[in-house]
Amino acid sequence: MKVSEVVKILNADVLCLTDTVSSTQVISACGADMMSDVLAFVKDQGLLLTGLINPQVVRTAEMMDIPCIAFCRGKIPERAVIQLAEEKGIILLSTKLRLYQACGVLYKAGLDADGEM
Amino acid sequence: MSESLKLSYTVDGGDFVSAGKASEGVKRTLKSIGIDPAVIRRIAIAMYEGEINMVIHASGGTAEIEILEDKITIVLQDKGPGIEDIEKAMQEGFTTATAAIRELGFGAGMGLPNMKRYSDELKVESTVGVGTTVYLSFNV
Repeated sequence: MKVSEVVKILNADVLCLTDTVSSTQVISACGADMMSDVLAFVKDQGLLLTGLINPQVVRTAEMMDIPCIAFCRGKIPERAVIQLAEEKGIILLSTKLRLYQACGVLYKAGLDADGEM
Repeated sequence: MSESLKLSYTVDGGDFVSAGKASEGVKRTLKSIGIDPAVIRRIAIAMYEGEINMVIHASGGTAEIEILEDKITIVLQDKGPGIEDIEKAMQEGFTTATAAIRELGFGAGMGLPNMKRYSDELKVESTVGVGTTVYLSFNV
């Protein structure tokens, strides 16, 4: 699924790298607030959905080659965090949906947890 | 590569914001010398968990990386409080982290288990009150 489609489904704001949302694909997704749980399951080209907005969320995504993070409940991280993501080429989104809802609508739209679309 | 390449980092304790910088540096170097991306990811994750551990449990430490022809080794050393029961610390979900650390998204008791999951060899040596040394090895 293209990130631009994720943006539409989540009715999300794009916080950085707007010009890459149409050319970036995510083939799986993971919703979590514990970064170690995210780090336990390596998936290719995954989307990370979380309510956590500290810089370690971006670092976690970087280590795992995650191309896009969606912050839930309308959260927006500090400028420095957005800048870090921009440097690393990680798209940041912010959606008003809660974590459970955001995961649900994407799952329903065909974005599987295991990348089997 | 006939000779080994060595990298050395100091991990700043108590600086949660910049935790992960050493792992990021290692990841970048491995990428530049053409290591398989899947192997790089395993190394980056394991080292990142180790780095986070040094920041949240010890007051920082050092990371020594050696890149050999057939394997990459990482030695993480700290002078922190040490681990009382290593066997317990290896269990998924066991943690001594505070609520404040868990609020930051860590301290789920997955650090050492994740390091084991992604490495080909893991050895932990620890003395309470002295510190901990973690040896990680990855086949290339």
